[in-house]
Amino acid sequence: MALSLKQRSVLPGFGLTMGFTLLYLSLIVLIPLSATFLKTAAMSWGQFWSTVTEPRALASYRLSFGASLIGAAINMVFGMLAAWVLVRYSFPGKRVVDAMVDLPFALPTAVAGITLTAVFARNGWIGSYLEPRGIKVAFTPLGVVVALTFIGLPFVVRTVQPVLQDLDAEIEEAAASLGASRWQTVTRVILPALLPALLTGFALAFARAVGEYGSVIFISGNMPMRTEITPLLIVTKLEQYDYAGATAIGVVMLVMSFALLFIINLLQWWSRRRYA
Amino acid sequence: MAGTVALSVAATSITRTRATTEPALVRWTLIGVVLVFLGLFLAVPLAAVFSEALGKGVAAYFAAFREPDALAAIRLTLLTAAIAVPVNLLFGVAAAWAIAKFEFVGKNLLITLIDLPFSVSPVVSGLIYVLLFGLQGWLGPWLAEHDIKIIFAVPGIVLATIFVTFPFVARELIPLMQAQGTEEEEAARVLGAGGWQTFWRVTLPNIKWGLLYGVILCNARAMGEFGAVSVVSGHVRGLTNTVPLHVEILYNEYNSTAAFAVASLLALLALVTLAAKSVVEWKAQGRFGAGKRTAAEGKVR
Repeated sequence: MALSLKQRSVLPGFGLTMGFTLLYLSLIVLIPLSATFLKTAAMSWGQFWSTVTEPRALASYRLSFGASLIGAAINMVFGMLAAWVLVRYSFPGKRVVDAMVDLPFALPTAVAGITLTAVFARNGWIGSYLEPRGIKVAFTPLGVVVALTFIGLPFVVRTVQPVLQDLDAEIEEAAASLGASRWQTVTRVILPALLPALLTGFALAFARAVGEYGSVIFISGNMPMRTEITPLLIVTKLEQYDYAGATAIGVVMLVMSFALLFIINLLQWWSRRRYA
Repeated sequence: MAGTVALSVAATSITRTRATTEPALVRWTLIGVVLVFLGLFLAVPLAAVFSEALGKGVAAYFAAFREPDALAAIRLTLLTAAIAVPVNLLFGVAAAWAIAKFEFVGKNLLITLIDLPFSVSPVVSGLIYVLLFGLQGWLGPWLAEHDIKIIFAVPGIVLATIFVTFPFVARELIPLMQAQGTEEEEAARVLGAGGWQTFWRVTLPNIKWGLLYGVILCNARAMGEFGAVSVVSGHVRGLTNTVPLHVEILYNEYNSTAAFAVASLLALLALVTLAAKSVVEWKAQGRFGAGKRTAAEGKVR
């Protein structure tokens, strides 16, 4: 096995821990994932293609990817601002605010879903202000954007924060002493340095949002062709015992996640090189 | 990709001069914008959980927990977490030991594979087990013959939960143990300590905060997972409903007060998780101050 490809060490336990790691990884992750891909092999290419490109599926991709892109973009702007404020300024309650940023990671998605629906419904705290002005959030694509913004909120903040903390004050001093205005320093010196981290955070938030289920299904209203996200389409097909259809769309989502994972790894490799 | 974030490190305090900071007006405007955004997206929804739960009075609130179905859901959620968390803890320690203490070919690929469950949609995480163990799946007919139920039963829920919480402990420990290196363990070995002795007396004390951090996050996700569990559960009331699934059922029955009452339990869990996380970060700061850059990198991962 890998033993011959490993450098000698005086520490014991490589065989045991590596063996357990590979066995557990295979049983829980690799075999079930491969079985899913094999399952689609039972379909002909034509069947597969017509399932994943039926109008209802296409509409769900458009919503899932579109809303995820908008959500991730909102998070990129406000996440950048939040990271900046949390690293650079001090204000009362900062530690609590900093801890609260992780709420979307800690709050179960079903809870997020029902509470966002309650807040943005016609009689909700925020919805009751928006609806009289003609902005409907709950049970519209806008509601999907709101849920996906919530769910991706911590990513950009948490990727930008450590990089901003480590940024040397000297380069800003140098820029200032060379005559740059503060605005020039921020846009020409600081932002380019933060770019890899910003994009990584954006990609992480986007990837999370594309697959998100629990927080969306309550606020979206789940109308086919209009407010149905792709993960929900899989669940619907499963409930109709259309296993082949569910698998085909599941495989499309898996391929998408692997592509995104690849992009994220590239971005992180780029950031590590930049910040090393 | 249900993000986790590695232990964060204390902000470095740099005294900033006028040239390297913004005017007070800009500062307070930015702080205001950020607080309004976080208030709308975080504080308001969180407060709404408790407001909706207590809207019909304290009696109605507690009535939701006296339902046998609610109690069964709480029991199942505790059972699921009690299996999934220790199993993934064991895996996390083993994987981190193999990856951080030894050099071998294919290490980066292994780390990527361990992270894989985070990039899979929760619904697809459930689907893969349905395709493996369900009646239409690879092992379905054999399982049915031997009268073993995995899908639409408790084992399926536990498996799906293990899958979605798979990387939490490992990805916390790997960067931490890589940053700590192997010198201390090598010294222990040279001084005559056995393998297990080295682990319990040298490695474990070094990684205990990172370990705890991973366990806290793993537990929160295990108790709160919805999508994956929903696909494999079959929604049998009193039998295969976890707390998040119970919330959904109550909500879809227009029993909003009870739904939010049970949801408030999960929201409390989230708040406890965030508090515990902050305490661990604070406790660990002394320990990780030295390996700051690595911790920051771990964060980006």
